[in-house]
Amino acid sequence: MSDSTYKVPTMQEMSAKGESPEVLFWVGCAGSFDDRYKAVTIAFTKILNKVGINFAVLGQEESCTGDPARRAGNEFLFQMQAMSNIQVLDGYNVKKIVTACPHCFNTLKNEYPELGGNYDVVHHSQFLQGLINEGKVTLKDGGEFKGKKITFHDSCFLGRANGVYEAPRDVIRALDAELVEMKRCKTKGLCCGAGGAQMFKDAEKGNKEINIERTEEALDTGAEVIAAGCPFCMTMMGDGVKNKEREHNVKVLDLAELIAKNEGL
Amino acid sequence: MVYISQIAFLLVLAVAGYFLAKRIGSIKKNINLGKEVDRSDNKGQRWKNTLLIAFGQKKMFKKLIPAFLHLLIYVGFLVINLEVLEFIIDGIAGTHRIFAPVLGDAYTVAINIFEFLAIAVLVSCVAFLLRRNVLNVKRLRSLSGWPKLDGNLILVIEIILMFAILTMNATDQLLQGRDDHYIQTGDFFFSGLLIPIFEGISVEALRFTERFAWWFHIIGILAFAVYVTYSKHLHIFMAFPNTYFARLTPNGKMNNMDEVTTEVKSMLGMDAGDPPAEVARLGAKDATDLTWVNLMNAYACTECGRCTAECPANITGKKLSPRKIMMDTRDRIDEIGKNIKAGKEAEEGNALFSEDYISAEELNACTSCNACVEACPININPLDIILQGRRYMAMEESSSPQSWNAMFQNVETSFAPWKFPPTDRFKWADKLNEEQK
Repeated sequence: MSDSTYKVPTMQEMSAKGESPEVLFWVGCAGSFDDRYKAVTIAFTKILNKVGINFAVLGQEESCTGDPARRAGNEFLFQMQAMSNIQVLDGYNVKKIVTACPHCFNTLKNEYPELGGNYDVVHHSQFLQGLINEGKVTLKDGGEFKGKKITFHDSCFLGRANGVYEAPRDVIRALDAELVEMKRCKTKGLCCGAGGAQMFKDAEKGNKEINIERTEEALDTGAEVIAAGCPFCMTMMGDGVKNKEREHNVKVLDLAELIAKNEGL
Repeated sequence: MVYISQIAFLLVLAVAGYFLAKRIGSIKKNINLGKEVDRSDNKGQRWKNTLLIAFGQKKMFKKLIPAFLHLLIYVGFLVINLEVLEFIIDGIAGTHRIFAPVLGDAYTVAINIFEFLAIAVLVSCVAFLLRRNVLNVKRLRSLSGWPKLDGNLILVIEIILMFAILTMNATDQLLQGRDDHYIQTGDFFFSGLLIPIFEGISVEALRFTERFAWWFHIIGILAFAVYVTYSKHLHIFMAFPNTYFARLTPNGKMNNMDEVTTEVKSMLGMDAGDPPAEVARLGAKDATDLTWVNLMNAYACTECGRCTAECPANITGKKLSPRKIMMDTRDRIDEIGKNIKAGKEAEEGNALFSEDYISAEELNACTSCNACVEACPININPLDIILQGRRYMAMEESSSPQSWNAMFQNVETSFAPWKFPPTDRFKWADKLNEEQK
């Protein structure tokens, strides 16, 4: 695969050819527009290409799931978004969805069924865990992260919201890295500060920014890499590391990026 | 003479029963002021949760020492109440320790176990008093006024009640040799340790002390039962229905507003089915807009503050405190209940979501991270209340923060929370192969 170019088929192209993919990659707004998270989208796309997964994206037909609107109280807007997304997804007869955004994951998985959208939705950490378990992604011995200290920052919408704690950790363990836990992790993990639509406004008055509190905790582990699985966590932790002037020796990376880097993709 | 004390006892029982029934009735009425929500599904899972989380205190054991002390008080409470059964029979029948001759040696063993538990409760209560008032546990030290007094009162009352039991048993043992009315029970170890205090006093004084302790204990327990209905301590009963009726869906799932679905469907020209009877209000402005489960949560909350201690907004100095959300909800629904009883307008006074109870600043600070929900030992859900308040702000008042209104607009017009042209959505793919070269 490494000689050919990476491909990103859209649902429209596929359906024009009368084909249907095994899985739809739901890119999400951050994965589409946020410069930092576009790199994650690309890393994950490369992995999908390399493994030879029959996937497709919606491209321009994708639209916000409505999660931030719903969390901020605008149920009308959420449901408008959800209904039109469901029309698009059902129009293509989508059955399985993978996404690199825990917010999209939670909404598609838990909140669309009541509005008529029923899909098998997985987060990319679970998808990657599956690929590793099936032996489709075999990580090189002595890869870039072998023996390095990596800490995983739990996304609230993956962890507490949906009980996914082990999939991302399994991915990190597969890198032969040293997984170090923060004091508050898993069910007790501290939010990055961006959930519940906080990403889209300034914080209320307080004595500290939440992402600084969390970044300090991550840095306390002595990890060289703070692994994340969520675009908002990525932004918050990245900003936190910059604020602490540690970006030269501490990287904030997504799980897909860890795998892609390890594989030299 | 015996009849007088029997009549007095029945009177005490009746008065306590009357007040207790009245209180239970009004709390039930207040909870039923909440909106309907169906929790009749999955009975098996619900019983399992009640057994594990309420009865088994599973979530308490995240913090070992307080969990252990709490367990001692809880087991003590359950087991020592068996003795109250004997109190009540003796009180009504005019007997003395009616179970002693029936159970024989087993009675001695049982009372020794009760006494051991009484000591365990005593020690735990003292430890908790120290923890509340001397140790620097922020979530407990941050309470003031009535909630602080309430917390301390409960512990002090429990200590006094335990002393009454031990005093009663100590004097009873001394009387067993001196007054035929006091039948032989065998030795009680822990109250036996108190015997030297009472040894020197007359039979009359012993009799008076024993009777006083007996009456004090039973009246104390009955009064405590009534007090509990006004107190945060109500969790000793409410923890059970609260865990039973708690939500079973994933924490991340917000409940769907069906009234909105109907409207959205008809806007999109889809078959909307029958329109809902009447949509009172979108979201919640006052306590009566919440569901009965939210209101039951408020009565079940014992103000331990584990939620607030885990809340990222609170940890970083914001005004939001999930515990305060629950306390305000209880205060307000109590107030509404009183308004109704007094024949006033139910909603008189300040609404739940107003500056006097839960302010917009508090609602807006929540990251919906579910830390509070996860932290609650009895599955209370403060987040659900917060989100309903936000719905009212967004849909009825249009009073959401300006940047959220901008975000809404972006989602509406650009189909993303940021203002990017929707045609740029797939541009990331261009980079994929650029980079490869």
